Amino acid sequence: MITKLNHVSIFVLNQDSAFEFYVKKLGFKVHTDASMGPGMRWLTVCPPEQPDLEITLMLIEEGMMFKGAAASQMRELVKNGTFGFGVFECNDLNATYEELKAKGVVFKKPPTKEFYGYEALFADDSGNWFSLGQKDK
Amino acid sequence: MKETTGIYPKFYLYNRIVKAKLYIDDNYCNNIDLSNISDEACFSRFHFLRLFKSVYGKTPHQYLIQVRINKAMEFLEQDFKINDTCFKVGFDSVSSFSGLFRRMHGCSPSEYQRLYKIRQANIKARPLNYIPNCFVEPIK
Repeated sequence: MITKLNHVSIFVLNQDSAFEFYVKKLGFKVHTDASMGPGMRWLTVCPPEQPDLEITLMLIEEGMMFKGAAASQMRELVKNGTFGFGVFECNDLNATYEELKAKGVVFKKPPTKEFYGYEALFADDSGNWFSLGQKDK
Repeated sequence: MKETTGIYPKFYLYNRIVKAKLYIDDNYCNNIDLSNISDEACFSRFHFLRLFKSVYGKTPHQYLIQVRINKAMEFLEQDFKINDTCFKVGFDSVSSFSGLFRRMHGCSPSEYQRLYKIRQANIKARPLNYIPNCFVEPIK
């Protein structure tokens, strides 16, 4: 029986810049930052209230994950905003929107009432986008 | 604001509350007078407390303490001494800092620092132990 999800990967163009975005702007905590030799870095972060879900900030480069031209194709897809990687939750969407906007996070959609709920959309520094919703109050 | 029309009422309230929160984030190490924050946010103290708590689930004072303790963790991870950490994040007394830290994290600041150092040393010595198998296999 599967009991939980503990790792998920987000493909990023630059790990230093992703670190700045997820840690300094979104306020995520670094879980593991391990060097595995020249040019290889295992970097995972967690949402502040979800310390057992590691989000791996996976660098897109030719090597163990991507063979041949796949790396450059993947970089283009990410850069062009092809992938929506998930839904984040916050306590108060309006306040979080104001705060993240003040920190320079780019929103593709401001808080909007949709038939399925109240959501905003933002993109990370690579081009991956996410939905942001709020807990029922 | 165009984006607020019809979908985002009372944004100015959020704007003030968020500014107050960011003020705490930036000035946690100073002796912050929380009544000044409500003045700056142009609210009565009561109204400010109520709105802040409804947005962040904590009073401004509770939030300030949380920010200070979180920052303390970062300084401890950077190997600052307990006393230095205490004063750097805005506490006046090491005993109250240690007590709050223990209450929030279940261990003392020195224990936290000790465990953090051990984990970092282990990551450095055996990084593959911290990576799930499926990602380790291709680089073995």
